[in-house]
Amino acid sequence: MLQPEEEIPLRIQELTSNLKIRDVMARKVFAVTKTCTMRDVQAIMKNNSISGVPVVDSRHVIGVISVHDIMNAFEQNWMQDPVADHMTTSVWTLEEEQPLSFAVSAFNKFPYRRFPVVNSKNELVGIITPRNINVALIQELSRQLTALETEGGGISPPTSSDTLTFHRTYRLTRYDFESGGKASAELREQLRARGIQPKIIRRAAVTCYELEINIIAHSYGGTLTLFIDHDRIRITANDFGPGIADIDQAMTEGYSTANDWIRSQGFGAGMGLPNAKRLADEFVIQSGVDMGTMVKAIIQLNPKEEPS
Amino acid sequence: MKTNELKFDGLDCVQPASSDSEITGGYTSDLLSDVMAHLKEGEALLTIQAHKNTVAVATLMGAPAIIFCHGRIATADVLEAAAKENIAVFISANSQFETTCRFAKALGI
Repeated sequence: MLQPEEEIPLRIQELTSNLKIRDVMARKVFAVTKTCTMRDVQAIMKNNSISGVPVVDSRHVIGVISVHDIMNAFEQNWMQDPVADHMTTSVWTLEEEQPLSFAVSAFNKFPYRRFPVVNSKNELVGIITPRNINVALIQELSRQLTALETEGGGISPPTSSDTLTFHRTYRLTRYDFESGGKASAELREQLRARGIQPKIIRRAAVTCYELEINIIAHSYGGTLTLFIDHDRIRITANDFGPGIADIDQAMTEGYSTANDWIRSQGFGAGMGLPNAKRLADEFVIQSGVDMGTMVKAIIQLNPKEEPS
Repeated sequence: MKTNELKFDGLDCVQPASSDSEITGGYTSDLLSDVMAHLKEGEALLTIQAHKNTVAVATLMGAPAIIFCHGRIATADVLEAAAKENIAVFISANSQFETTCRFAKALGI
């Protein structure tokens, strides 16, 4: 069942939200310490056909040397100098646990052709280029295609084999409040049809609606994916920026960056994220400034204990 | 009180609910996230936010009725959405405060 043309990029968007940078990055990184010379870096680049080398100090990235820096060094006769003298020090790094969509946003936003990837301790663990992303997407798409073919149904919705499973992605546009509520309405219908307790339906639908409105009111646009199986509902909201600088602040009731127009629509009370967190059984938020925000909320269909 | 029995000065019903549901109380607010955090099922929503998002929120929370205060007009798309969800829509000529007071009196709260 092929949907309108939009469906294809939507699939790709969904893929970039579900994959983590860790799954896609190259783990073999050629990095140098700050005492290495520009000549050393040039040799590494030449021997390994790479165009950028991070400079590290006890595993922390402190700079990057690009081909451009090397050309400059040739011209200025700096090839024997330590890299610390000529490296680019304003380095953007990505974190390995971030969704791949953050990397896509970063490549769209900045002119760089690679980003060093760090772990939670800010230590260099990999490097990511647009090529890594292309390869990962192609691999993932062909894997899904093979799975569809083996299912024997050709192009059929993956829900056909199991009526209790539901999986759909919705596109949400900045400031298009009319488009908000589609996912939550469908979620409500799906849960009603399964005879789920009204209380749980309400918690799930409100969580979903808050996340829909968040993307519409606060991001440049994004997607919301619903996944329902026998035990739980997973709501994943992804957007492509601008990201949240201080997540603790954003999670505080009453804190809002909403403008007057958003407020005139009845939103922007600073309760969206706190509401969603309170209502969900599990709640994870990740954000990168200029890259995007990902929220994952899980609601159990058969909870042992009601959250307050 | 049944939704369709709700009556007080300045109140007009512009969209009756098709099956008669029960109003157990009310919640007055214009911030929809606040409504989503606090409105309890069965409570009518008293607001000046006369647009479709209000209906969406009332639906999610199980509010049987919406009262648009201060003579706010309910447009056709709002009424259509409310009818689809079986939510009664009223318009009150009075301010939110006054409407809330009269509503409480009518309900005997």
